[in-house]
Amino acid sequence: MNENGDRMSIIVQTIASILFPLALIFSFYVIMHGHLTPGGGFQGGAIGASAVALLIVAFGAKYVEGKMEEENLSIFESLGGLVFVIVSILGFFLAATFLTNFLVGEPLFGIIPAWGEAPLNSGGVLPILNLAVGMKVIGGLASVVLILAIASKEGEK
Amino acid sequence: MKKATAIAFIIFSLFLFFSAYEMRSFGNPPSEMDDRIIGKYNSTANKWEYGAVNETGANNAVTSVVFDYRGYDTLGEATVLFTAIAGVMMLFRREKK
Amino acid sequence: MIYNLPFLTVVALIAIGMYAMLFKKNLIKIAIGLTIVESGVNLFLITLGYREGGIAPIFTNLPPGMSPEEIPEKMVLPVPQALTLTSIVIGVAVLALILSLAIRIYRHYGTLNAEEVRRLKE
Repeated sequence: MNENGDRMSIIVQTIASILFPLALIFSFYVIMHGHLTPGGGFQGGAIGASAVALLIVAFGAKYVEGKMEEENLSIFESLGGLVFVIVSILGFFLAATFLTNFLVGEPLFGIIPAWGEAPLNSGGVLPILNLAVGMKVIGGLASVVLILAIASKEGEK
Repeated sequence: MKKATAIAFIIFSLFLFFSAYEMRSFGNPPSEMDDRIIGKYNSTANKWEYGAVNETGANNAVTSVVFDYRGYDTLGEATVLFTAIAGVMMLFRREKK
Repeated sequence: MIYNLPFLTVVALIAIGMYAMLFKKNLIKIAIGLTIVESGVNLFLITLGYREGGIAPIFTNLPPGMSPEEIPEKMVLPVPQALTLTSIVIGVAVLALILSLAIRIYRHYGTLNAEEVRRLKE
């Protein structure tokens, strides 16, 4: 704590603003390679939420709330849930049942990988569902961290 | 009241302990378990016969279980996440300035 | 006997968590006990699926020299890992809800003691 309210020192702020986009890129990498490597929507979403938590630690909750309002994070989360449900219902209409993997076997997205290969465009609808769940977890956990940080600041005064 | 709770706790712990003691040995699950998801290699045709790689096209078997075989589970889990976060937002609702 | 040590660890974790939930009065300590029970359950699921000398059930970047015929006996079971993944995220969300309720209770009653938080008692 210094004269800037709940901001930390200039060193921490600089390092945090450098690390924030890198953490988001790593989160996006983990989400998009969820069907090939360890990881997936939940893990990548947790990494993205921890990037937002890093910003909150360095810059303070009030500043971060001015930059990204929690309504926007909530909209982001709801968008993820909507994508999940829409892809599931498309499985009902285009193939057999709800949540059918209707893209597998298609030439563009559903390549079935041979032994020892790992093409990015395999998996059918799994990358889309991974992305949806990743959006959901980033939005949800980041908004929870933001709300709790603001609420604990409000209780102090 | 406290004594009854203590007795119930001790009985519960003993039950847990004996069921862990009678458990099958660690590290040896039944070999046919989950064979359908992991799959089997057909060496004459030089490809996988069944399993997650053929049925969902994903190399990561855990992801194919989470999003394909047990997709309803993930949908319900997303609903729980949404509900809990809506509860947190409702608890710390603030007046608009 | 020694091979059942992970199951006994699970029992110890669940017993410690249940003890904290049953006999502690502080709401934060009850939340910690709930988290310990949840860790025990997650460890139990992972332990059920472990296979001696197994690798992760992922076909990308396999260890060198691994032939395809020996894969089904070498891989850890994927279904318990998927269930644990679901359980962890639910645990985080529920823990956030519990802690916010604890913050609200502390603001309203001025205490975290579960026995003093009673509307009729005052």
